Amino acid sequence: MRVAVVQFPGSNADWDALHAVRDVLGADAWYAFHKRSDLGGADAVVIPGGFSYGDYLRAGAIAGFSPIVQSIREFAGRGGPVLGICNGFQILTEMGLLPGALTRNAHLRFECRDVYLRVETEGPFTDMGKGEVLRLPIAHADGRYHTTAAGLAELERNDQIAFRYSTRDGAAPNGSDANPNGSVDDIAGVYNRQKNVLGMMPHPERASEPILGNDDGLKLFTSLRRHLGFK
Amino acid sequence: MSAPLNFPGEPESSAEIAREFGLAKHEWDRILSTLSRTPSYAELGVISVMWSEHCSYKSSRIHLGRLPTTGPQVVQGPGENAGAVDIGDGFCAVFKMESHNHPSYIEPYQGAATGVGGILRDVFTMGARPVASLNSLRFGRPDHPKTPHLLKGVVAGIGGYGNCIGVPTVGGEVQFDSSYDGNILVNAFTVGIAKTEQLFFGVAEGVGNAIIYVGAKTGRDGIHGATMASAEFGEETDSKLPTVQVGDPFMEKLLLEACLEIFSADCLSGVQDMGAAGLTSSSVEMAERAGNGIELDLDAIPRRTKALSPYEMLLSESQERMLMVAKEGREQEVFDICAKWDLEASIVGRVTDTGRFVCKATPAYDPFDGTGSPDPVLVVDLPIDLLTNAAPKYDRPQEAPPPRASLVTMTGDAPDDLGVELLRLIGSPNIGSRSWIWRQYDHIVRDGTVIRPGEGDAAVIRVFCEDASGTREKFLAISADCNGRHVELDPFSGAAMAVAECTRNIVCVGAKPLGLTDCLNFGNPEVPEQMWRFAQAIDGLAAACTALGAPVVSGNVSLYNETDGKAILPTPTVAVVGQLEDPTHRIGLGFVREGDIIAHMGRPSRGVLGGSEWLVQRSRSVSGAPVGIDLEAEAALQKAMLDLTRAKLLKSAHDVSDGGLAVCLAEACIANGHGARVTLPASEDAPAHALLFSEEPSRIIVSLSPGQLGEIGEVCARYRVPFEEIGSVGGETLSIEGVCAVSVAKLAHSHASALDAIVSSSS
Repeated sequence: MRVAVVQFPGSNADWDALHAVRDVLGADAWYAFHKRSDLGGADAVVIPGGFSYGDYLRAGAIAGFSPIVQSIREFAGRGGPVLGICNGFQILTEMGLLPGALTRNAHLRFECRDVYLRVETEGPFTDMGKGEVLRLPIAHADGRYHTTAAGLAELERNDQIAFRYSTRDGAAPNGSDANPNGSVDDIAGVYNRQKNVLGMMPHPERASEPILGNDDGLKLFTSLRRHLGFK
Repeated sequence: MSAPLNFPGEPESSAEIAREFGLAKHEWDRILSTLSRTPSYAELGVISVMWSEHCSYKSSRIHLGRLPTTGPQVVQGPGENAGAVDIGDGFCAVFKMESHNHPSYIEPYQGAATGVGGILRDVFTMGARPVASLNSLRFGRPDHPKTPHLLKGVVAGIGGYGNCIGVPTVGGEVQFDSSYDGNILVNAFTVGIAKTEQLFFGVAEGVGNAIIYVGAKTGRDGIHGATMASAEFGEETDSKLPTVQVGDPFMEKLLLEACLEIFSADCLSGVQDMGAAGLTSSSVEMAERAGNGIELDLDAIPRRTKALSPYEMLLSESQERMLMVAKEGREQEVFDICAKWDLEASIVGRVTDTGRFVCKATPAYDPFDGTGSPDPVLVVDLPIDLLTNAAPKYDRPQEAPPPRASLVTMTGDAPDDLGVELLRLIGSPNIGSRSWIWRQYDHIVRDGTVIRPGEGDAAVIRVFCEDASGTREKFLAISADCNGRHVELDPFSGAAMAVAECTRNIVCVGAKPLGLTDCLNFGNPEVPEQMWRFAQAIDGLAAACTALGAPVVSGNVSLYNETDGKAILPTPTVAVVGQLEDPTHRIGLGFVREGDIIAHMGRPSRGVLGGSEWLVQRSRSVSGAPVGIDLEAEAALQKAMLDLTRAKLLKSAHDVSDGGLAVCLAEACIANGHGARVTLPASEDAPAHALLFSEEPSRIIVSLSPGQLGEIGEVCARYRVPFEEIGSVGGETLSIEGVCAVSVAKLAHSHASALDAIVSSSS
């Protein structure tokens, strides 16, 4: 499996993604610098976390105009799997590849801690199946997912909601801080309609090894590998 | 050559202006006699910042020489941008701690943010990739009206910078005390990893080589910041706002990546970041280290504002700027890499052999808007030596403060209910959970945080060391500590205790200490009692560093931490870097399994309450007899601990520090939600509350499988470390026989809400 990890100026979890995919999963992975326009024949693309262009305008807003973005758009248009993590999720919504927007956390602070999410639908990154509960870390200030009531209904109708924040045993947060940022309908990650593009705020690449105390995140990458037909 | 000129509008230098710039009358006189002329306005600015306490260490230098700085593992000792210790296989850990106290009091967010930015640059300037940061913070009393605003601002600023640049903030410490009401402390630490043979130094080598300016443009921010940092605060503090800089972590991230790429291309002979005193100190220090001179063309300085004068350009502390000396003919490579990262780079001068700091600029020319044309005149021409080695150095008078008899005898009355007392103490701002703080820091970026904040006595990080033979994983432990109350009661033993606690934290997670960096925060050195405290503390640090095997490799001094004549507690903060031989040696602070044995290692308590949090809360003063420290016993304890962790005989280890034994036990229970049933360890005759809350050092609470008891006892006996089984893990209550029993859930709730009253305030 060949994976391109996109590197924007200000990407800072690029190493985390490369390490998880290359060193832990064992894929052939490399950094794709934002000024290049080719993805080097990748089978999958990861847009990592960070603060692209400093996020001084809106998180992800400027990265959406970077040269490599056209290649990502074409790759996704051909059905290629794309995973946007944290800032990568923000960039994908700014690019219009995913619906909705990420706004400032309801409590207005950056927050880094472990949360629980419930898998809501199967897809290339989520073949573990609906209902599975994962523990993954978050680290963001702008992770509050928002969309309109109509947008929400469409997400539901098309089965695009990938993850919802939950309690340890998979129950809905019910207004508790199990939903760490005030996301609408407890949404932690969404697929595009074709389900080849996934955006999520939690960091699976930072929870893919026992030495980090947690390898729940590796399940997303092994799911991707199976989806692409690699062993 | 003619004498340097003033720019239009600049006044003639005078004793009066020198005083405004923070120079004493006798220092002004010395300038006149050395130069045999009146300095230009820009020259006076340059001299005043280079002779400021912050840059010259004029009051502290003669004392710093007493610190031990050598050891087989030391790769780079003090004097460079950061120190370095060997971590094997040709790699080293590069680290330093620095203060940003004064700016953070004036503008907490930007002050703290640029403190983080500055320490990161110090580390990556050495050619190291930063891998983790810590911070040590001091605020005024919890109910001081300014405390919520300052705490929130500082924490947000540290997070805002560190989170963006992608270096995990993995730990630290914070204390609230009324002595910091008008002068908070923000000490930032960063460690990075470099190949030892590819360390870079701040040297302007190679006469004729180009000086290249890289990064943010120069503005008027932070002019005379170093001088501000070398003065006491008074009522006019708010008017110092323009001396605070504004940080741009995105620019710094670009600078970091570009620098590391430039370093690996090996096209530089020297590099230095523009920190305190900006362009002036970076160029002067680089010239001094190489024994060369530097000539700068100020017309070429990239700028973001109109009509900058030489004085302003030389003293600006605009952030995210680097000065590089390219190897001959390699300038283009530097430019190409900077262009890749969208950074500006300009040649602004040359290395000379004159031993002088020379600057030229054109009075009627403004490159910002293209007014006029360049026709530079001499504006600065000073001997490098005058600004560095020949800068003032003082052996200031010292005087021990009179003993405070009434306070020394104070021990506090015994409270009625020790369980209630423990619940209250564990929920107080100086003892309770810091999770509100560290949750605002990205403490896991870079996939290396193996022991996270709150999980162990020190943070443990995995670092990736990559060379031609592949990538090796290595494991470092880092901790920062100091308790200024114990230093106040006895500066020698209090400073030694800071070192001991820090190295003890390192061995408690299974690592061997390698080296130490310090950040010495004290009051006005011109007050003999303050100077005495400083000198005593240096001797305490030196004794402890020697006894515990942690040489000082870098550091920083911050004096004049006073407001309206009221000094802070003497606060010699230290941070230690250690290394684990194997990641499986690591242990956390919390009890892990029902039925495990709980044991006490170390010196029996004498029940001395001096300086303890409990007594400070009781007496509303830092009081009591100093607890002291026996460094020989401490060293034996730490050696035994390291042996035990390396033999994997322990399940958990937590040292007794702030709050005393009861708090130590409670924290070990709360961490993983286990109860414990213990008896008080053997002690000298003292009331129960004194045994519970004394902060005497050199004690560790460990847990272990019952089967390991004998072997552990043997290791302790070999080092003559008292070892005593005191109970076992189990149940839902922490019960200390005959003293108190408190539910762990209640302790955890109280612990978790310790900062609520401060952070929920709307101010």
